[in-house]
Order: sequence, then C-alpha cells, then structure tokens
Amino acid sequence: MLRKIRIVLAAVFFLGVTLLFLDFTGTIHAWLGWMAKVQFLPAVLAANFAVIAGLVVLTLLFGRVYCSVICPLGVMQDIISWFRGKLKKRNKFRFTYSPAKNWLRYGVLVIFIIALVLGVHSLVALVAPYSAYGRIAANLMAPVYQWGNNVMAAIAERVGSYSFYEVDVWIKSLPTFIIAIVTFVAVFVLAWKHGRTWCNTICPVGTTLGFLSRFSLFAPVIDTDKCNNCGLCGKACKSSCIDTKEHQIDYSRCVACMDCIDNCKHGAVHFALRPKNKAAKNTPADNSHDNGRRAFIATGAFVAGAAALKAQDMKVDGGLTAVSNATKPCRQTPIVPAGSQSLKNFSSHCTACQLCVSVCPNHVLRPSTDLETLMQPEMSYERGYCRPECNKCSQVCPAGAIKPITVEEKSSIQIGHAVVNPELCVMITDGVKCYNCTDHCPTKAIRYVRMNPDDENSPFIPTVIEEKCIGCGACENLCPARPLAAIHVEGHEVQREI
Amino acid sequence: MKENVSRREFLKAAGFAALGAGSLGIIAGCGGSTDNPTAPVEGDGEMTYRTHPQNGDKVSILGYGCMRWPMIKNEEGKDVVDQETTNRLVDYAIEHGVNYFDTAPVYLQGQSEKATGIALKRHPRESYFIATKLSNFSNYSRENSLEMYYKSFENLQTDYIDYYLLHSISGMDAFQQRYVDNGVIDFLLEERKAGRIRNLGFSFHGSTEGFDELMATHEQYNWDFVQIQLNYVDWKHAGGRNANAEYLQQELDKRNIPSIIMEPLLGGRLSKVPDNIAERLKERNPQGSVASWAFRFAGTPAGVLCVLSGMTYMEHLQDNVKTYSPLNALTENELEFLEETVILMQDYPTIPCNDCKYCMPCPYGIDIPAILLHYNKCVNAGEIATSSEDSNYSKARRAYLVSYDRAVPKLRQAARCIACGECMAHCPQSIDIPKEIRKIDRYVEKLRSETL
Repeated sequence: MLRKIRIVLAAVFFLGVTLLFLDFTGTIHAWLGWMAKVQFLPAVLAANFAVIAGLVVLTLLFGRVYCSVICPLGVMQDIISWFRGKLKKRNKFRFTYSPAKNWLRYGVLVIFIIALVLGVHSLVALVAPYSAYGRIAANLMAPVYQWGNNVMAAIAERVGSYSFYEVDVWIKSLPTFIIAIVTFVAVFVLAWKHGRTWCNTICPVGTTLGFLSRFSLFAPVIDTDKCNNCGLCGKACKSSCIDTKEHQIDYSRCVACMDCIDNCKHGAVHFALRPKNKAAKNTPADNSHDNGRRAFIATGAFVAGAAALKAQDMKVDGGLTAVSNATKPCRQTPIVPAGSQSLKNFSSHCTACQLCVSVCPNHVLRPSTDLETLMQPEMSYERGYCRPECNKCSQVCPAGAIKPITVEEKSSIQIGHAVVNPELCVMITDGVKCYNCTDHCPTKAIRYVRMNPDDENSPFIPTVIEEKCIGCGACENLCPARPLAAIHVEGHEVQREI
Repeated sequence: MKENVSRREFLKAAGFAALGAGSLGIIAGCGGSTDNPTAPVEGDGEMTYRTHPQNGDKVSILGYGCMRWPMIKNEEGKDVVDQETTNRLVDYAIEHGVNYFDTAPVYLQGQSEKATGIALKRHPRESYFIATKLSNFSNYSRENSLEMYYKSFENLQTDYIDYYLLHSISGMDAFQQRYVDNGVIDFLLEERKAGRIRNLGFSFHGSTEGFDELMATHEQYNWDFVQIQLNYVDWKHAGGRNANAEYLQQELDKRNIPSIIMEPLLGGRLSKVPDNIAERLKERNPQGSVASWAFRFAGTPAGVLCVLSGMTYMEHLQDNVKTYSPLNALTENELEFLEETVILMQDYPTIPCNDCKYCMPCPYGIDIPAILLHYNKCVNAGEIATSSEDSNYSKARRAYLVSYDRAVPKLRQAARCIACGECMAHCPQSIDIPKEIRKIDRYVEKLRSETL
C-alpha cells in the first residue's frame, strides 16, 4: 500500500515537473510552478525557508521521501531501474548489500559546498539533481515534444485550426546539450546496473538528506521474529542498503521507496517507529572490487562531463532564406532577465535548470557558454527580443535567480542599454532611410541625429538616450544590418529602475 | 479563411485522422489544393471569339496570362517554372479554343517567356497569338531596350510577335522617357511596318489625365490595342489615383481601339471574397463559381477583345473555359446586382494588392505580397479586431497571430520593413506599401502586447 502511494505521488511529481520543461506556452506553470519551487537546492538558493523547513521535517519524519517522490532525477532512475526489472524477473532482484561509500559521497558534498561558496557555478549546476534533470528534459525531451507539436501544427494548418502553432526547435547551446547527453548516459548506466548509486554516492542533496534521514522517526524496520533470512528484501533494494544478514538498514541511504515492505512474503518489514538504539548504525566503507568499479564509473562521468566543456558554440542556421538571422554580437557584459537584480545575484542563485530557457517564448534565453557561468542562462537577441508583455522567466524561476516581477515593473527595469555602431547602419552602408529601431523602441530612447554635428548634409544616424533605454533588444533584433546589427545591447551588472 | 476549429474539435478530428491516417492524407490533399470549388465540368458550347476591328484576328475571349505559371523548387532550392504542368495547361487551353497568350520578359523572375515559348512551340504557330512586352523599367537606354526586344523573339522561339506592348505606362512622362527620348518607339513602328510586330499597343495603369494624354497620341501612332485593368470593382470604384475602367473602356470605344483586359479577378481578390458576398453571388447563380461573375463582367463590353487570366491551376482554367464557352454577357439586372455587391464589399477594407509581385524582391527580404494578402484574408474573414472589447477579440487575436507566422516567416514580416520605399515605384496599383506594412506592423504589435 505505502509503495503504491509512493509510486502514484512520484508519477504525479515526475510528470508535473517534466511538463514544466515541455510546455513552451507557459500555461501549465500557473498550476504546477510550485513543483519546481519545492525542489531542495533551488529552495536553498532562493532562501525559501518554508520549503526548506518542510523538507527537513518531512525527512525527519519519514526519511528520504523527497528522493523517491519529489526529485525528478531520482524518479527517472527508478523508472530506468524498474524497466530493467520488467525485462527479466531475475533483474528485479539484482541488487546486493554494499557498504556506504562515505569517502566518495562526503568528498563530493564537500567539493560541492566549496564550489557553492566560492561561486564555481558550473560545477554546482553539474551535479545538482533537479537542474541535471532539467537539462535532460529541456535538451533531450523538449525537442521531441516540440517536433510532435509541429506535426500537430502542420495538421492543424491543413484543417484551418489555430489550436497548435509551429515552434522553432534548435540547440540553444552545444556545451549544455552535450552535458545533458553525458549526464543522461551516466545516470542511465548507473541506474540500469545499480539502481540508486548516483543518489547515494554523487548527489549532494541525497547525501545531505541522508544525514537527516538517519534520525527519521518512521522507517522500514525488519522484524527479526518474522524474518526467515530469505534475503529477498536486500536483493530488491535499489539503494543496496539492507544488510539482510545483520537485519540492518542503512537509513542514510534508504530512499523510503517501500519496495522491501511489499517484497517481503512474511510481513517481516514494516514502516514503523524506529527503535532508538538501532538508528544510524553505519558500516565503514571498505575498498571492495565493486566499490572501486563504481567509483571508476562515477569518475568517468565527471571526466566525460569535463571534456564536454571544451566543445565550441555551434552556429544555428536561421532558415533556408537569403535573409539570415543576425550574428550574436560580442557583449562585454552579459544580459540577464529583468528581476535578476544583478549579475552576481543571478549567478549565485541560478542552478542552471533551464526552466526559464524552456518557457521563453521569444527564443531570447539560452544557456551561456562561458566557463564561469556555463549552462546558466543569458539573453541574446538574434532570434527575438524581450517582449514587453512577457514576464514568464521571472514567474517560473524556483531558485530566486530571477525574482518575480510584474509586466508593469518590467517596463521600467533597465537590464542593459543599447549601443550604436554607426558604420554598420544601413543609412550609412546602403544610403537608405531606416527608422526601424526608433519606431520599435518601447521607451522612445532612440533618436536620429546628423552623423557630423557640424555638417548639415551629413547622413542621419541613430543615437541612444541611455537613461531611457531598458535593454529589451527590439532595436537589435529588428535592425536590418547583417551579419552584425548596427545597434546592440550591453548588459548591466546591476539592474536599476528608470 | 476556414472557420476556427476549437482545440477539442481539432483533437477529436486528429484522433479520427490517426485511425485512418491514409484516408486523411487523401481528403486533405483534395481540400488543400483547390481554391476554386467548382466541379471541373466543361462548357456546353464553343469558346466565344471576338474579332479585331482592324485586322480581323479572331481572338478567344479567354486569354492566358503567363504571369502565374506553376512553380516548383529545383535541386538547388530555387523556384523554377514547372514546365511539365505548364505544357499540360497550355495543351488543355489550346484544345479548348484559347488562342491568346500574354507574357513579359520580367514575369516569374524572368522565366515566363522561355517557359511559354517551350509550351507553345509544340503547337502550330498560326494556331495562337503571342503577346509580350517591352519591360524596360529600370534601364530604358536604347541598347538595353532593343536587347530586351530581340531576347523575346529568342525566348519565345518565334520570328514575329502578334501583340507587342509598351509595358505599364501611366502617362506621357513615362512614355516620353522610356520610349520617345531614346527613339525606341520609332524603332518599334518600323518593326510593325516590317511585320515582325503585328499589333502595337501599350498596357496602362494610372489616372484619367494620364490616359487622356496617351489617347491623344493615337493619331500619331495608331495604337492597335490597349491593355487596361477592368473588373466590376474598378469599373466605377478604382482605388487611389487610378482611372475608372468605365472611363477607359469608353475612351477606347470612341476610337474603336480594342481592349485587352487584365486583372479581371484582381489577382484572385474577386474569387476569395468574404463569405457573405460569396453566398450572395451563389444565391443568384448556384451553378457558376464566384470567379465566373468577374469573368462574365470583363467579357461583357463589346469593345473587349480578350480577357486575361493568370491560371496556375487546371481547375481555374477549366472553370474559366466553362464560363466563356460560350460567354453569357451580363444582363442589365445582373450588372446592377454586381454594382450593389461592390458597395457591400466596401465594408471590407482590404488592401488592393493583386499579388503581381512587381514590388519583389524587397532588398531587405520582406515578403510584401504575403503580408498584404494575409491581412486581406483576415479582413475578409472578419477576423480583424478593432479593440480588446470586441466580442471576438481573443479568437481574432489568436487567429491573426498564428496564421501570420504560418503565412510569413519571422524574418520577412512587417516588423522588419525599414520603409526605404524601394517598392513604391513598382506597384501598378500605386499602393503606399511602406505605409500599409507599417499599419499592419502596428496592428500586430498591439495584438502581441494586448494593447489594442
């Protein structure tokens, strides 16, 4: 029964969180946005004390329910592991007890915390479970979903329906895409072979919650009177944490999946109040062959991940036509969405989960390729600009990197300002009239002046009143100059209201 | 435009489609390719012919406008004429009595003359009349004009041209500049004398004054024919500064100059009319297509020698052949009925774009006709919202924005128009293109930002 409840809840969370990454229209976020906000690391970064307290209490009461129900990466591993069990009955009972790899999990946790404190954001984002899943969903699942949508859109177009519209499917950042693939392969292999190894050796959230779950009030308990030492519970334990010979369970690794309870034919395992003296008995790690191999796989995953960092940005073709998308200009200061407050606030809170990238309807947000902020989103205006009526990214961010703002607030938040390069302006290069940037500026910050103030006959060029510009990029996006726009936006380190 | 289908209805339909995916393909294929729903039934009689008052040419009332041959993509992704289909269309046309083919060096990115020549070469030269034009718009030097003239013979694989036109002149200024000052008109008169041009005329877009000026030259040049824009809207209600067709035809009749009719259907605008207009026309004549009214109208004046139609699809050709085999001229009653219809149509403020594509290519990549036609389509479907208070506002908003992105790629939309004005000089309907484009852009912007 408990197992079934766990499975139903896990399915609800897993589908919900996944849909957050797939629904590019942003409609579902009003209903299910909280599912991202109850994720552990984002809540910590957002200093969302209510959620943190809730999760701590939950763990102290029932153990690592979070890992079995709320964490999408955990549930994904369960699905992979379950699928293997379905292929062959024998596989379902493929696990054996192994002692905890404390040196590895604590090592990773220490490195993780150091990285968090020092602000090595890319390393933090790499192993954070929710953001790792977000990257997998945004990079590997969303394109499939979007292609499916595009097929529906094509059919809808033929029957004259506006229910579906076509969306662009593009790789927003090659390094992030590769990291998503590598993460998926690593997690898949580990889950396929060893169930929850990732969660109990690498995952910093798993290790943190493991500290707490040792002291949980309720937990699976083996009733030695009823137990006939068949060992089935241990073989079915994907966390490999039931020492059947000793009738001991390592509660720091138990994810409260309740599989052992359902698998025991003698009703010897109960989810119950724990006898105090038996809590938190830990066997020290020994360097078995198996252990070394797991460590090797884990290290391998890291090495592969690190190798991906070196891959370069891929140019994404804008279409088949003779007019191409503009080339991305080299910005001295990156642009981050309104509500981020500052580059510092943004980079120190963002877990690079890609949720904002997934919901950005204007193709403005994409993961950064800079090493320092790798995978964290940044803005660029080759495919669209930051539309005045949209505040979706600020609504979905679970980590407090983009604080919620209203559309009205957004219209006065200066995230950057436009800079003109008159030599590229078509009024100079082509000798034509063009007022596109002025015409489309929502704050009327662009004016036309003579290029040479002393010469009445010199051509006109646009000029920006920096104080009025909010950095939305309408001018840059709609500038006809190619390959580089004659006007581009530079980000601001600290956002301010105008 | 088809009615908006709700998401639920659509999913239901899609479900059925999944059950019978094969059959959906067939059904959708039929529905998608015909704009003209008339059953392809041939006319019950013979094609109507008109006789040229001076030289006695028996010209079919239906002429083939070679500006809209079907196009396909070649291996390099470039648009080229679908020669095979073109040949089939020409064969059908000739078989059913069409004997006038009107092309120009500039049509279809310069491919029309050649394709027309290839298709016609397969039939005896005396069985049809060829019309082509001197399209010396951008470079009207004598050398360039003559080169264009000779090239037409080569492209059309012929040693004489039946009807030769000075392409699109609006008045004396254009005529003087492009044909008189460079001596080209004298050259062409010589060519007419020599028989390589059998009939010399011009095509006209412009004001009454411009037409008067040109008519005044008739004594000097003895125009054999004039090509004018005539249809039931332009008859009394020509837009902008353009002369009414009624006036043009009247002036030609006075001088006994036969007219060739262009834009009888306004580039399809008189077949894709708003639903209630279509119903009105259908109620009056259930058997005839909506387009047939326009063709009967254009053929009704006795001074008309030939009515041109740019028929891309076999169905359009068949429908027009049916309308003109034979032509039933409109009665007084019917003419009045059409005039009332025009008044009703003025409730739909469409932009008078006939999709001739003279404005293209836009140097900045804007797809001008696609933007204007999409707008017109929405106007005719009643899907232009005037304010967010409108009862159909959210439906109209979604319909416009979704169909806009479908009709025009983002990089070619109105927001990218820099209003350089390059296109203005080329529009035969004298549409203020940058202004209209900007108007549409403002509308789209208001829809997107929900500030209408």
